[in-house]
Amino acid sequence: MPDFLLEIGLEEVPARMIAGAEAELGRRVHELLTRERLLGPEAKLTTFSTPRRLAVLVEGVLAAQADTEEQMMGPSWKVAFKDGVSTAAAEAFAKKAGAPVSALEKVTTPKGEYVGVTVKRQGISATQLLATELPKEVLAIYWAKNMYWRAGKPERFVRPVRWVVAMLDAAVVPLEIAGIAAGQASRGHRVLHGDAPVVLASAREYAETLRGAKVIVDVAERRHVIRKALDKATRTVPGARWREDEPLVETVVHLTEWPTVILGDFEPEYLTLPEEVLVTVMRDHQKYFAVEDAHSKLAPHFLAVLNTETDAEGEAIIRHGNQKVLRARFKDARFFWDVDQKSPLAARVESLKHVTFQKQLGSYHWKTEENLRVAGALAAVVKAVGSTIDFDEAALLKAVELAKTDLTTELVKEFTELQGIIGGLYARAQGLGERVALAIYEQYTPASMEDNVPVSVEGQLLGLADRIQTIVAMFGIGNAPTGSKDPFALRRAANGIVKILAESDLPLTLGGVLGASGTEGANKEQVAAFLRERLHFYLKDVRGFAYDVVNAVLAAGADDVRDAMARAEALTTARKSADFEAISAAFKRIKNILRQAEEKGFAAGAPQSVKLAPEAQQLADAAAALAPRVAVLREKRAYGEALAQIATLRPAVDAFFDKVMVLDPDETVRGAHLGLIDGVLRGFSGIADFSEIVTS
Amino acid sequence: MSSTQVASSVKPTALTFQELLFRLQAFWAERGCVLQQPYDVEVGAGTMAPETFLRVLGPKPYKVGYAQPSRRPADGRYGENPNRLFRHTQFQLILKPPPVNVQELYLQSLEAIGIDLSKHDLKFEEDNWEWPAGGAWGVGWQVMLDGLEITQFTYFQQCGGMDLDPICAELTYGMERIAAFLQDVDSIYDIVWARDPETGELVTYGDVRLAEELQFSVYNFEVANIDNLWEHFNRYEAEAKDLLEKADALLASETATAAEKRRFPLLAVYELALKCSNLFNVLDARGAISVTERVGVIGRIRALAVGVAKAIAQQQAVS
Repeated sequence: MPDFLLEIGLEEVPARMIAGAEAELGRRVHELLTRERLLGPEAKLTTFSTPRRLAVLVEGVLAAQADTEEQMMGPSWKVAFKDGVSTAAAEAFAKKAGAPVSALEKVTTPKGEYVGVTVKRQGISATQLLATELPKEVLAIYWAKNMYWRAGKPERFVRPVRWVVAMLDAAVVPLEIAGIAAGQASRGHRVLHGDAPVVLASAREYAETLRGAKVIVDVAERRHVIRKALDKATRTVPGARWREDEPLVETVVHLTEWPTVILGDFEPEYLTLPEEVLVTVMRDHQKYFAVEDAHSKLAPHFLAVLNTETDAEGEAIIRHGNQKVLRARFKDARFFWDVDQKSPLAARVESLKHVTFQKQLGSYHWKTEENLRVAGALAAVVKAVGSTIDFDEAALLKAVELAKTDLTTELVKEFTELQGIIGGLYARAQGLGERVALAIYEQYTPASMEDNVPVSVEGQLLGLADRIQTIVAMFGIGNAPTGSKDPFALRRAANGIVKILAESDLPLTLGGVLGASGTEGANKEQVAAFLRERLHFYLKDVRGFAYDVVNAVLAAGADDVRDAMARAEALTTARKSADFEAISAAFKRIKNILRQAEEKGFAAGAPQSVKLAPEAQQLADAAAALAPRVAVLREKRAYGEALAQIATLRPAVDAFFDKVMVLDPDETVRGAHLGLIDGVLRGFSGIADFSEIVTS
Repeated sequence: MSSTQVASSVKPTALTFQELLFRLQAFWAERGCVLQQPYDVEVGAGTMAPETFLRVLGPKPYKVGYAQPSRRPADGRYGENPNRLFRHTQFQLILKPPPVNVQELYLQSLEAIGIDLSKHDLKFEEDNWEWPAGGAWGVGWQVMLDGLEITQFTYFQQCGGMDLDPICAELTYGMERIAAFLQDVDSIYDIVWARDPETGELVTYGDVRLAEELQFSVYNFEVANIDNLWEHFNRYEAEAKDLLEKADALLASETATAAEKRRFPLLAVYELALKCSNLFNVLDARGAISVTERVGVIGRIRALAVGVAKAIAQQQAVS
């Protein structure tokens, strides 16, 4: 069975997109071959990629589809043959089936006798099918951002397609992708191999032939080569190791075809700069790996992954060049650090008046004043609860006061991604105390849902105050997010609030945080709904609770974030029991009945007003007996147990609905029934609104 | 130390700043490019010069190269920072449509200015470019040579808010960076600009440009008259808007002749828009534009730039 190779030659594909596209190409080819019955019984599919190519090799493809026989059914026998003579209908059918009339046969079916004919279909060759079908699959690959390059804009792809190799064993499959006819010539490493075509003798020899042209097409192999080379280069420094950084490894794997590594040095004096700054420059700006000593402290070296292999002279030149770039960046950073120290954070508060937060609202000085007010209110709430939370209010307020001052520093202007962090480092360097420094440092965490919340209570409170103030103020001037538009990242801010409340020990609720902002009226309601929506997102998308569980839990209260989580957990467990599912169904029924009753203008009365049917009385008794027990458990937040208790209502509820006509023609009886079920619904919906639970 | 050996081995053979430009210009001229002179109105980037911004519109093929001084007032550092400039030089190249071997040509151009690729590490790293005020964007790379970004390579996709067809390749060589790298100097001001072939006397980048960097930093950061700048901005904008309205009416007119349409001075309107863009940059450096105001002012410049690009595309199509 032949082997099939497809290689799409491209201009450098963005590193972040390669892995996904390689996998998608493999999947599409596999699906195509399966769909077209071209996959051999023991076929093996392997994908490859480098910045300049995506490839797939399938060993064991069928040369052609198997021939098939198929019975085609035609008109009824009586219509096709009159007195044994074929009619026009028979001839038309024979023509359609591509068979002589003599080949028509009588087929008896449950519906009667029909004309049939066995049609043999010859399988189509792999060459022909791949040539027509594969280009569509390739051009359908998803890219986060793609482009036109040919005049007339016939197709879009991530980058221009420059060559295509498509071979079944040694033969070219004559397909065309984006105007490029496939051949058997690939290309090698731009510099190490040059422009000469790399002609493949057969599909199977792909990886080895390319290796000869200084391209390692296997991603896992390049990853291995890079890790080994990083290890080896680091060994030249006694006791050192390179700082593990998996995302960075993946990036350089997809930036190279023939990776090697050099170790470079920088002047140890730069180590006086904070590690955060050094690592940001090395990793984010230069894609270098940091090197650390035996105590995990940064060492004055870096590792650069090259996409070439050169001699000693070339290595010296490359090392020199990279060192020079890094030194210039460090030098800048140190210059900025030194300049910034001339004006301590405390002296920068005033200059925040010249930094606009939002034109309609005011400067960052105004923002700071506002944050101080909100943080003070939050501190008061925490203290009022009399909690055992340990925090230093003076340190908190100092941190809030200085939190935004790093926006005026040169270092933050240069490394905007380090705002907050720089402020924290400066606060520490300026002797403002660890609590103040840490709170400033952590103010923007969590930056994402994967990030941790601040470890310090002051940092948590500063983060809450800053975010709620921004949200409330922005909503106040009509800048609430709409649809996909959220230019001020208010959703992220609100997500941060929810996450801090969920993952800290702060005795605060969403309502408490919102209350501290001081907003009132319609704006308060709007923001409250927005926060609730973010809590929904957090429970469902971050914590992974089922949507109906989240709906049920939030319907019973969406203020206390950790409490909502506890209820959601208990409900997720409880819903698995059959009794509980029945209760959920019953509650939904109760809700529907009450809605109908309301629509019809039926009033609920007191259950005690009439003599109830035994089943109704039993339900009333069971509910009355259960209610105080559930209330106690709820109070203790023993939600699992409370839900288990509620599930014990099932027999009484079932019997009630089985035997009792709720909407009794007698108005008093009906009123009593409605009063009874309304009481049950209200009495046991405090943990979650079970009627929201989707039952099978 | 290996580094000093390299430094001494590189420096004597390295090209001067002006030789670099000669070589690049010669290289691309030999490949059929028109060599243009820099545009004589202030621009923030080579892209904004009409030879790029307006030539990429429409179907007509064009190949052009020019060394464009580009002003970024906020980047000025009084001539004190060795790596930063108020005004730097971009060698800007437009290839419309891009040849299929455009990357190979680019690599050859590096060889032409003395970069032996077998002794360097070169990577094309994703870097997409956009100029929102011009309704222009493209996808491409920053070309990294031994860790230094030396060129921005962009496949233009849209300009003036219009899809381009054919698209073009835009190569922007950062001349000061390349020169400092090849000459292995630590400061831009130490770049050798020219070397007298008879006396061997050197003229440095600092000799040529330091005073300009210092004085324009003073002007842009300290003394530019904010009220005047706004007034200039408003006047240029008003004239541009007025002309644009007339242009739109004329181009839509069924009675106006082709000759009347072709002579309408849209190229001058584009200059007025460039004036506004530069004034905005000076105001910004002067600290006179708040974060929110910024969005609004950029919107005003965009209205002019996009408006004029659309009008010019229509004018080009007048038969």
